[in-house]
Amino acid sequence: MSILGTRVVRTEDPGFLTTGAVYTDDVVDERLAGTCHVFFVRSPIAHARIRAVDVSAALESPGVIAAFTGAALADLPPLAPPMPDLVDGRMAQPLLARDVVRYVGEPVAVVITEDTYQGEDAAELVSADYDPLPAVVDLAAAADDPPSLLFPEAGTNVTATFGDASALQADLFDGCEVVVSRTIVNQRVAPAPMETRAAAAVWGDDGRLTAWIPNQGAQGTRGALAAMLAIDPSSLRIITPDVGGAFGAKFGADPEHAVVCWVARQLGRPARWAETRNENMIAMTHGRAQRQTITIGGSRDGTVTAYRLEILQDSGAYPRFGAFLPALTILMAPGPYAISRAEAVARSVVTNTTPVGAYRGAGRPEATAAVERAIDMFAAEIGRDPAEVRRVNLLPKFTQPHRTAFGAVYDSGDYVTALDAALDAAGYAALRAEQARRRAAGDVTQLGIGLASYVEITGAGAESGAPRENATVEVFPDGSATILTGTSPHGQGHATVWAMLASEELGIPVDRITVKWGDTDLIPEGGGTGGSRSLQQGGVAVRQASLELLEVARERAAAALEANPADLVFEPERSAFEVAGDPDAAVPLAKLAVEERLVVRTVFIAPGATFPFGAHVAVVEVDTETGKVVLRRVVTVDDAGTVINPLLAEGQRHGGIAQGAAQAFLEEVLYDADGNPLTATFADYPFLSATEVPSFELADMATPTSYNPLGVKGIGEAGTIGATPAVQNAVIDALAHLGVRHIDLPATPQRVWRALQDVSAGKDA
Amino acid sequence: MQIELTVNGAPRSDEVEPRLLLVHYLRQRCGLRAANVGCDTTSCGACTVLVNGRSVKSCTMLAVQAAGQEITTAEGLATGGEMHPVQQAFRQEHGLQCGFCTPGMVMAAAGLLAENPHPTEAEVREGLEGNFCRCTGYHNIVRAVLSAAEEMSA
Amino acid sequence: MIPAPFEYEAAESAGHALELLARHGEDAKLLAGGHSLLPMMKLRLAFPSVVIDIGRVGELAGIRADGDDLLIGATTCHADVAASDLVRSQAPLLAYAAAQVGDPQIRHRGTIGGSVAHADPAADLPMALVALGGSLEISGPGGPRTVSADDFFAGFFETSLEPDELLTAVRVPRRPGPDWGYQKFVRRANDWAIVGVAVAGGRIALANMGPVPVRAVAAEQALAGGASVADAAALAAEGTDPAEDIHADRAYRQHLARILTRRALEHQTG
Repeated sequence: MSILGTRVVRTEDPGFLTTGAVYTDDVVDERLAGTCHVFFVRSPIAHARIRAVDVSAALESPGVIAAFTGAALADLPPLAPPMPDLVDGRMAQPLLARDVVRYVGEPVAVVITEDTYQGEDAAELVSADYDPLPAVVDLAAAADDPPSLLFPEAGTNVTATFGDASALQADLFDGCEVVVSRTIVNQRVAPAPMETRAAAAVWGDDGRLTAWIPNQGAQGTRGALAAMLAIDPSSLRIITPDVGGAFGAKFGADPEHAVVCWVARQLGRPARWAETRNENMIAMTHGRAQRQTITIGGSRDGTVTAYRLEILQDSGAYPRFGAFLPALTILMAPGPYAISRAEAVARSVVTNTTPVGAYRGAGRPEATAAVERAIDMFAAEIGRDPAEVRRVNLLPKFTQPHRTAFGAVYDSGDYVTALDAALDAAGYAALRAEQARRRAAGDVTQLGIGLASYVEITGAGAESGAPRENATVEVFPDGSATILTGTSPHGQGHATVWAMLASEELGIPVDRITVKWGDTDLIPEGGGTGGSRSLQQGGVAVRQASLELLEVARERAAAALEANPADLVFEPERSAFEVAGDPDAAVPLAKLAVEERLVVRTVFIAPGATFPFGAHVAVVEVDTETGKVVLRRVVTVDDAGTVINPLLAEGQRHGGIAQGAAQAFLEEVLYDADGNPLTATFADYPFLSATEVPSFELADMATPTSYNPLGVKGIGEAGTIGATPAVQNAVIDALAHLGVRHIDLPATPQRVWRALQDVSAGKDA
Repeated sequence: MQIELTVNGAPRSDEVEPRLLLVHYLRQRCGLRAANVGCDTTSCGACTVLVNGRSVKSCTMLAVQAAGQEITTAEGLATGGEMHPVQQAFRQEHGLQCGFCTPGMVMAAAGLLAENPHPTEAEVREGLEGNFCRCTGYHNIVRAVLSAAEEMSA
Repeated sequence: MIPAPFEYEAAESAGHALELLARHGEDAKLLAGGHSLLPMMKLRLAFPSVVIDIGRVGELAGIRADGDDLLIGATTCHADVAASDLVRSQAPLLAYAAAQVGDPQIRHRGTIGGSVAHADPAADLPMALVALGGSLEISGPGGPRTVSADDFFAGFFETSLEPDELLTAVRVPRRPGPDWGYQKFVRRANDWAIVGVAVAGGRIALANMGPVPVRAVAAEQALAGGASVADAAALAAEGTDPAEDIHADRAYRQHLARILTRRALEHQTG
């Protein structure tokens, strides 16, 4: 009986539910005895020269051990932007601001105290003098007409360019009967994992640093920290406690993590830091933040023949991974459609706001949101059903890899089936009929039906080399097993699923298999968890290691049974090798670990990234008097290949859908014109609660990939990618009969009301 | 000042400063770290515990206010090594992923079911409006609470 | 985020609380449920040097009938007001309003007195009290006094309470029956109202349409003069000067006030 494909409840849960998981702030370790506590002082102003930072009063505050400003860290390198060939490397963030502050929340000083409560008291006594500089907040102005330059030596606020704007073809839309164009917003959002950032650090007598940090890949965190501390990675051990969510914002390391480690070395004692939520809202990297000009053209029969996407990416004050994301947006620009002429370009610019990083989907939701809006705008312009326009333009089913004009190689896809399955599950015809009834009756509450077809890229390679992951599997004489993985789960359930994969091959029960990750001394290499890579690389590596272990074991079994290895059969039900046809001549797998360790390490190298796909149907009700949007239903097909644990796969879809929907009608990070954050607490930021979403309706579809033996792709981000445009399109659809053509993300009540006001006033909406 | 209270059925006596928040008292002084601090504005509910059987956000209560009260945390919900039906249901229904919101969510759910043993789905969602989750989209959390309600009234 | 250091005093009676207030003056703040004060202290927007805890003063809690009124002790928590059979039958608007405050955990601790004394113009209870024509019972060194809800809210987060006075009870006229309505417009569940409306017996109170809960006087007068609900509601925003914020600009707030007043006058809750 295969365990794969069954709903196995998680092995992690009993501890999580009773004593709670052990997050970084929970860690109790004798190495951290005598710890001091680090509290950051942050800039209250978006752009200014620092005249002076005075810590003298803070030093007198009760419990203060020390206080440091940027000058103290002058010999440490700044946090360099990623991808230095693509992104301007001069735009680097010093660990503590030195001459200039560039965003509200930028760390300016640290105070170190004996206990946690004293830090905030002392921080209030640090006084800093700032000479304000003009704040760059408006994205378009930042690029072309900036009030100031964040990095004068760079001569521009543009930090990266993708594609060649001068090569855009003026005649791209020639011959199109219909051309529609609009500039739209994919707004800045806050990843807001429930666990904020934290660190605990101690330097040993051997000069090695041990740091506990919540992250998405200990190996990457080690590398990033080592660079900021100007030490060799081998001098640093990262231990990853349980992580309370990440969503892309806990990759690598931030300046604060490095400062905590530096403090521990400077003071010769362990140091700990736990970020407050209000700090997190302004100092953890934000997500999305693109301005997009979409142009789409085709004929009245519904065929789309041309599409252009021009992107302005807000990088925030210092380019982080967000500056690079437009490259992924461009890669996925045409989505699942067969559009004969398509082009895309992008610029990333710095502004005096929180730096932008990866956030669930990282560049691909932006692509899908843009093309899905364009398809709907085109459909509205030609007066055709958006489902029909999609059907006509989706790439027909393909089982051999398909290369797009943008260089993406989609491994397998069946987009029309996914769309039809979602429409069917939603009862599309009945929904349109209900919508028609309400329109005819002039109901105050109108019904909107929104669609999104999507394809997304998962498991893309690391910066160097083909996508790969390692796994080590060891079986012990007592019949238990341990797996070491280079992935880094933070809610995805690898402890359970990797155990399932090994259990399937080795016949060892899941609850006797321990999965370990996140300790760089134990597992020096690994790609972490993000970009929906883990199952298709890490999970496949676990299976591969298990099979390789069986081959090693087979030789030992043959010797033990004095038989020919080829005559042995491995029986997972018994977790034993048997002589074929003679079950009594058997040796348990565990016994083969007695004389010599039974352990195998393997690396699975994937042929390339895989491309999950799907279709979402969202149903909303819009109160045409108040503008309030209520999300009634989200029906999805999310095809990420073979499903190993449906319980967990569904959970990933639910969570993704909720975040995607939240971006469509609720969440938004806002700044005023001076760069002051307006949504810097959980009270002000409209974080989605249980009352804003319904239960979701998931339809099943699983088209295996040929890229790995399990046939799996990545499910983690798909839900987010499909849900945002589906919900946005639904809101606009609800009001289309009144003349509304577009409402920017998020469709807040005021935005909806304004759109209705504008159409009544005869303005273009 | 000295306070005396009961935590998970055990009496305690501790010297605390007035501004010590109940959540920090539980985590640092009692070593009960299941309740987490997730925000600064009494919004997220990750710190939820029961005070005299009623759900309370322990970040917005001073330890000194808890003097003479009975506090129950997630650690105290399980009895004799057996998970409480709410905890069991969360596991069965996959109502947790990263787990950070979970102890607070479980305590809020336990408090909800104590006041309303047979909630509708809508009542569950409203009853949990003070508890944020970023991972699950709430779908399985709602299923878990409804399942626990059924189990507890059987 | 944690409060600045302070001294803590536990009051044993209302009289004792008054003594402590007199002794510590403007440096002291009263603490009941702490769900208005503690959030402010954690953000260091309030930093009293003395906190006087009245949360355990039995005489300040409780709900009882008092002639034509209901008398609700100041430290009665929202959950108890919302669940009280007496309030639900005799002042259903108040029970409903109490059930809208925050979320279940907040309602288990936050008190009617604390909320009213905090005087957030976007909050549920100040608006509800104005709609009900309630009054506030206050104790001070000069003896007890009663202030109508209309007169109690003096400005943005400001009441007519003196620093040495204690709000002891909320008094509302008994008004059983379905002739009331309540609308609280939010983007997300446990938010404060972007705009709120409470109506009862010809009185219309608005939340978040100014620095204090305001009466929609023009609308009330139109109603009293026999205007239809729709015509009266169209005047709901007259004379209001609502603030602008990330949720709503002035025009949108005034629009919401009109729509929500109409719905509340139609006895709708939502």
